Order: sequence, then structure tokens, then C-alpha cells
Amino acid sequence: MKRSNLRLVYLIILFIISLRPIQSAEMVDPIKVDWSFKGLTGTFDRASLQRGFQVYKEVCSSCHSMQYLSYRNLGEKGGPEFSEEEVKAIAASFEIQDGPDSQGEMFERPGRPSDKFKNPYPNVQAAIAANGGAYPPDMSVLVKARKGGANYIYSVLVGYEDPPSGVTLDDGVYYNKYMIGNKIKMPNNLSDGLVEYADGTASTVNQMAKDVTTFLAWAAEPELEERHKTGVKVIIYLVLLTILVYLSMKKIWSRIDTEV
Amino acid sequence: MSEHEYTPKSKAGKWFNDRLPLLTLGAHLTDYPTPKNLNYWWTFGGILTFCLITQIVTGIVLAMHYVAHADLAFASVEHIMRNVNYGWLIRYIHSNGASMFFLAVYIHIFRSLFYGSYKSPREVIWIIGLMIYLLMMAAAFMGYVLPWGQMSFWGATVITNLFSAIPLVGDSITTWLWGAYSVDNPTLNRFFSLHYLIPFLILGLVVLHIWALHVPGNNNPVGIDIKKPSKDTVPFHPYITIKDAFALLVFMIIFAGFVFFTPNVLGHSDNYIPANPLVTPAHIVPEWYLLPFYAILRSVPDKLGGVILMFSAIFILFVLPWLDTSKVRSAVYRPIYRQFFWILVIDVLVLGYVGAMPAEGIYLVLARVGTIYYFLHFIVVMPVVGFLEKTDPIPMSISEPVLSGGAEPSVARKVNEKI
Repeated sequence: MKRSNLRLVYLIILFIISLRPIQSAEMVDPIKVDWSFKGLTGTFDRASLQRGFQVYKEVCSSCHSMQYLSYRNLGEKGGPEFSEEEVKAIAASFEIQDGPDSQGEMFERPGRPSDKFKNPYPNVQAAIAANGGAYPPDMSVLVKARKGGANYIYSVLVGYEDPPSGVTLDDGVYYNKYMIGNKIKMPNNLSDGLVEYADGTASTVNQMAKDVTTFLAWAAEPELEERHKTGVKVIIYLVLLTILVYLSMKKIWSRIDTEV
Repeated sequence: MSEHEYTPKSKAGKWFNDRLPLLTLGAHLTDYPTPKNLNYWWTFGGILTFCLITQIVTGIVLAMHYVAHADLAFASVEHIMRNVNYGWLIRYIHSNGASMFFLAVYIHIFRSLFYGSYKSPREVIWIIGLMIYLLMMAAAFMGYVLPWGQMSFWGATVITNLFSAIPLVGDSITTWLWGAYSVDNPTLNRFFSLHYLIPFLILGLVVLHIWALHVPGNNNPVGIDIKKPSKDTVPFHPYITIKDAFALLVFMIIFAGFVFFTPNVLGHSDNYIPANPLVTPAHIVPEWYLLPFYAILRSVPDKLGGVILMFSAIFILFVLPWLDTSKVRSAVYRPIYRQFFWILVIDVLVLGYVGAMPAEGIYLVLARVGTIYYFLHFIVVMPVVGFLEKTDPIPMSISEPVLSGGAEPSVARKVNEKI
């Protein structure tokens, strides 16, 4: 058919693909990980999510907030799917500030599933002050907020190296080959055997990085599994409907001499 | 307007129709004689209507949950994504819907350019269409500001700062637009208000666009005037409605692909970082559909010059019907113009590409060449080619070359190809 039409379609596709360029020269491409949540039918690895939450809780959460998540999310479908009791226990292990009570006083109480994840710092300024002038970003949507997504987060976590000769670093600055500009204020917090996984998985740096990145990917897109599942159904429905409408169109247009 | 008198069958219908001829309008829309050789490039009008309605419906629902406040906007969007039932779906339809809307409108505009649909007697349709396009850009820009991420904030800063290039009163105008001394909460508030208003203005213009279309009737791939109704036309319903429905469904499959499987690929990751007036992103880029204009803006070293050129790039389209001197509408019969048409398409794509790149080195050179060519196309190529070009023979009617076939084999084949 119409060669010129195909040419235009091709150009448009090319155009859209070419839209996400821009990268500074120093950055190394992130490691490509074969995530279970990739692709049209990707789902999260439940065990990895639970281990990832453990890494987050024991390591990351001392500096990074996750203010848009609630403890109840941990038990919801498509997430780590902790049982109701586990979620209650996790929530109760945090002291949450509540109030004011009838006397006008703020008070501490054990967390409930409906509570938001507890912030490690009372405010952004406190977080900056406690971290040498760098704000540890909120991790709720971090995977969506970085070009390269999960691959990039994983790469940074395993990308710490000694600086090449000639590069001098200030105090509290670390060398990371995947970071833009290669300088990062977050120290390398992962070391082999740092956490003890309940399911007996060996807690190597790579394993922990992978688990916590999976957890962060879910935190950023808790709807991912439902989205994929619904998407497949919607596309199948639309394709079937399209075929029916196409056949109807052919039938209707067969009444006149013109081809459609 | 109507080709025949319509009388409702029922008594009640007749009573009502005598007072408000809605049923006559319905009959007109149903019977509206449409050229039977319209190809699939003509289905984008219907697709665009679908896009507009989708944006309005999803937008109204989003507005029920969104909070237009600098401290709360980002969090309210996350609330929609996480806690509102199917909020993620509604928001992703809305955000990807904007891109799909522009994809469709660009195809629609380039179709018009290729087949000469902007020419007499359809200049008013074209101009109303351009007004719709301008409003779309305004709506899309303000909509992109609402999530109050980094790109929202800095995009708003860059675009509103353009007005400061106006001599003498520029700074005052910019402050007035902001409602503050920088992009801040008042800016977000008014952008939300206007973002809600504009789609309804667009809706009104769409009605005028279609009304203006129904006066001369559709252009067609052959580009000749046809008798209506005749054997060259088909009633709008069911022939065109079913064809539009088929094309719309194909479009929806692509749309759904983006929404369900790569919902963020057309956005910028920085917009998931909350707006921070103290941290400027490394590269501030607008959404993809504005990139060609962004490239034109940045190709001029002078700010005012850049702004003038960028707006000229749009406003030159308004006088296009008078810049094109060719008597022949369809590029199918214009061998020279056809080549230039495709060069223009490539030129705009190149401008879009360099618009996404840093304005330096080879990209700046490309942006300047692209910008110069863009204007040359309209100011020089269109009038001159129209005068000098020897056009191919044009068939007398749509049916003739298709049916007889023998008379002018080459023409018949060409027309067939386009149908």
C-alpha cells in the first residue's frame, strides 16, 4: 500500500523514540538487570520484595523517608503481601507521634497499619543537617524519578569504587561510577552479610541491592501488577473489537464500489 | 445547511423540531455527504474528538482529588496514584492522553498540508483549527505544571520568563502572570484554573470547526470539488462512522499500550522529584510535542528575537492559505511540492530532536538550519513552487478514474493508491 503513508508512520515512530536523549558524558550506562517486573506480564518477586523491605527497614530507613507509603500497603495485593498480623506487627514496631490529645499534648503511640511510614527526621532541614548538607531523597517514587529507573538505582548501590588516580574527594564524598559526576554523598552502606534474611538467602551486596531495588520499584509503582494484568485484558478486548468492527466496515462498504 | 427538508415522523418530534431543530441537525449529521475516497488520514478528526472528550472526562475526575497548592500538589498526585480507586489509571490516561492528542493533531495538520485542505474555500476551518492547536499547547503546558515536579516548576519558569523579553513592560507582565515575584503558589493556582477552562474553549471551537467544515464539505485525497450528494459521496453514517470507529480502535490499542505498559516513557523522570526552586535541573526540556518550537526559540541568540521567531512559527500558519499560490489542492498531483512537503516533515522532526538536546555545538547549528528552512518553506517555497510547478493531470471526478480506468492509466493508478 501507500508507500508515503508508511514513510510517515516510520518517521513518527522514529521521532518518538528519539525523544529521550540527553546524558552527560561521564556517566556509565547502568547495569541491565533482568527484573521479574519487566515486560508486559511482569510481576514482582514476592520473596524479594519482603527481603527488600527488610533491607530498607534495617539500612535505608535510618536516613531515607518514604512518606507516601503506609504500613497497610505492605499487606496489599501486588506488593510484599505480608499477612495482616505481620503488617500489624511491623507497624507496631514504630513509635508514631500522634495528637494533640484533649490536653493539647502530642504523644507517642505504637504504629497502626493505617499510619504513613515513619520519617527518620522531623523535617527536611534536619535531614540535610544530619547528612553533611545532602538531602537523602524520599524514596517513595525514587525509581520513577531517575532516568534508568530500577537499573540505575541498583547500579549506584553496587557501583562504589576507589576513585581513579587523580580524582580527589572531599570528606564525606564517595566515588561511584554510575552516579552523575561520579560523586555521591551517600556512603557505601551495603556489605556482605549485613542483614540476616529470614528465608536463609545469602545476603551478598548484589542480593541486597537487587532486593531493595525491587522493593523500591514496587513502592514507586504499587499498581504495576494490576496495571499489567488489566492492560493485557484491555488490549485483547480492543483487538477483538477492532476485528469485529473491521469486518462490519468491510460488509458495509461492500454495498458501494469503493474499497475501504 | 441541509440538502433536503427533514420532517420528524412522530408528532412529538415534529412539535419539538419546529421549536428547536435538533432533529434536523441530527439528520444532517447522519446524511452529511462525504467523499467516498477519504483515506485513513481523514480519520484523525474523529480520533481528536475522542481525545478531547477523554481528557475532559479524566480531567474532571482528577480535579476531584487534586489539590492546587504548592505544598500539597505533588502529594495529592501521589494520593491519586496510590489511594484513589483506579486513580493511577485515570491519571495515566490523562497524562498519556495529552501526548496521544498531540500525536493525532500533528497527523491531522500534516494531512491538511499534504492534501491542501487549508485552501479556499476552507480557510476558516484551517484558522479555527490553528486556534484549537494554540489552546491545546496552552492547556498542555499548564497541565504539565500541575504535578509540581521539577520539570513542572522549571518549565513554567522558562516559559513565563519569555514574556519578560517584551520591551519596557516585560518584567511587569511576567510578575502579573506569576501573581508573585517568581513561579509560586499563585502561579500554580491560576494555571489550574486556566487548565480547567481551556478544554471547554477548545470544545466550543471544535463545534465551530465542524460547522465550518460542513459548509463546503470535506476535502478529499484527489482534492477536487465534488457534487454533493452524488455517486462520489457516501452518507456520513454508517460509512464514515464505521471507518472512524475502526481507526479509533486501532489508535486506542496504541494508546492503551502506552497507558498500561510504558506510562512514563513520554514524560520526564525529573517530574517525579518535587519542585525545588533552589535546584535547577541539568536540562530543562518541555514535553515532546513542544520541542520543535523550543528549538526555534533557542536557535536565536537574542531572547526577544527567539520569542518573536517562535510565535511567528505558529502564526505564519494562519496566512498559509494565502501563501500557497497553487490552484491544485492535493499534493498527489503536485510532484515538486510533494518533495518539499516531506522535507518539511523531516525538518520539523529534526527541530524536535535538537529541541531535546543541549543548545550547543552541532545541535545549535542544526536548530538554526532547521529554523531557517522552516520559514523558507512557507515564505519562499510555497508561493514560488505554486507558480512554477507543472502539476499532473487531475481527474474530473472521484469515481471516473477509479471506475473507467482506461482513460488515463497513470492518473487512475495514482488515485487508486491514495484511496
